[in-house]
Amino acid sequence: MKIPYFPGCSLKTYGSSFEKSAIASGASLGIEFVEIPRWNCCGVVSSLTSDDLMHHLAPVRNMIRVLEMQDEKMVDTDNKMLTLCSMCMNTLKRSNLKMQEHADELETINDFMYKEDKKYDGSLDVVHYLEVLRDYGFDEIAKKVKVPLKGLKVAPYYGCMLIRPKEVGIDDAEEPVIMENFIKSLSAEAVDWRSRKTCCGSYLTVSKENIVIKLTRKILEDARANGADVIVTSCPLCAFNLDNRQALIQIQNPGFEPIPVLYFTQLLAIALGLDINEYGFANNKVDGMPILNEKIFKK
Amino acid sequence: MKKIVLNEKTLEFQRKVEELSGENTAMCDQCGTCSGGCPFVEEMDITPAQLMRKVMLGQEDVLECDTLWICATCNTCTVRCPRKLDVSKIAEALRQIKLRDEINNLDIDDLPKEVLKELPQIALIAALRKLSS
Repeated sequence: MKIPYFPGCSLKTYGSSFEKSAIASGASLGIEFVEIPRWNCCGVVSSLTSDDLMHHLAPVRNMIRVLEMQDEKMVDTDNKMLTLCSMCMNTLKRSNLKMQEHADELETINDFMYKEDKKYDGSLDVVHYLEVLRDYGFDEIAKKVKVPLKGLKVAPYYGCMLIRPKEVGIDDAEEPVIMENFIKSLSAEAVDWRSRKTCCGSYLTVSKENIVIKLTRKILEDARANGADVIVTSCPLCAFNLDNRQALIQIQNPGFEPIPVLYFTQLLAIALGLDINEYGFANNKVDGMPILNEKIFKK
Repeated sequence: MKKIVLNEKTLEFQRKVEELSGENTAMCDQCGTCSGGCPFVEEMDITPAQLMRKVMLGQEDVLECDTLWICATCNTCTVRCPRKLDVSKIAEALRQIKLRDEINNLDIDDLPKEVLKELPQIALIAALRKLSS
């Protein structure tokens, strides 16, 4: 499968381990990520006011790029657009839905981008990598696992953007199971915990850092209290708030016990037996290696 | 006790918020589900349900509440509202009214260079999009 892939801003920089592990794991499952040529930032957040069309331009322009890829046979999927970052997925999906539901607004946007060779027609389906893996079959993935993650207790962290609002969520907004099923397919244990859908504070990490610290501390301590060895996420912003912010939490709360936060694709790559040097843990602040060495690699 | 006043001015404000958000605030039953599930409610000066009530009554002083700038559009209230109202869209409409008057909640110049260097672009872009014009 050759699928058009939208990276977004963070995957090329401080979330590079996320991208590398996703591409490497995809390759070993026969899913080839074909990066969208000349992609631009999706805008990270969706504009929610009814009169603000301008901010839907960036997502739609990326969708035109995907249509061009299909014309040029660079990909072999039918109208799919793959994302890794939860925020990109949410923003692209919401814009796409708006265009599919409001033909007049789509026309305005197409008119504005009159220099583009193609017009967007609302035909695309924005998908998250977890959805692609689900469609691939978690049973199939289980068969390809070379390094079973037996005994590793993994807390799935959905956050907000993967599951809310309902019209763009990849699973049930209140009782999602996709991450748990993914974790089980790698032979790891999925931790049942209540903070899995609690917001990490998102971009308030810029304007109201203290709120984020309080919130993430509760989330991290909940994961620990429920016996988690690691937390997995699919959002680079959640990863920043949950992982990087642990340094500040520790300064403010000396008794705080750090917990590694990994991208779900890093666990997948490990389980598929891929060489860690290929994707690495360059972006992870709290070192996940000690617990992985103890439980998985038996070093 | 403050008297509730309803007049042309309050009606106009309520209509403006409804137009921007696309939400019909009269649907709100004031059940408080939004406030109950909000992960930020402890930090807010008024709860999401109170914010809704103020909009329903066209009380323009809702624009001075910190709650607008604390709501991070996590959509927990959105998926739980029994009347299918989207409070996050109401909060966005209120933020936009301020931002379109060029009253920002975040000025990038106020952030020290070391802090800027450490913050990922995903956080900066999102914050600047939501909190500044």
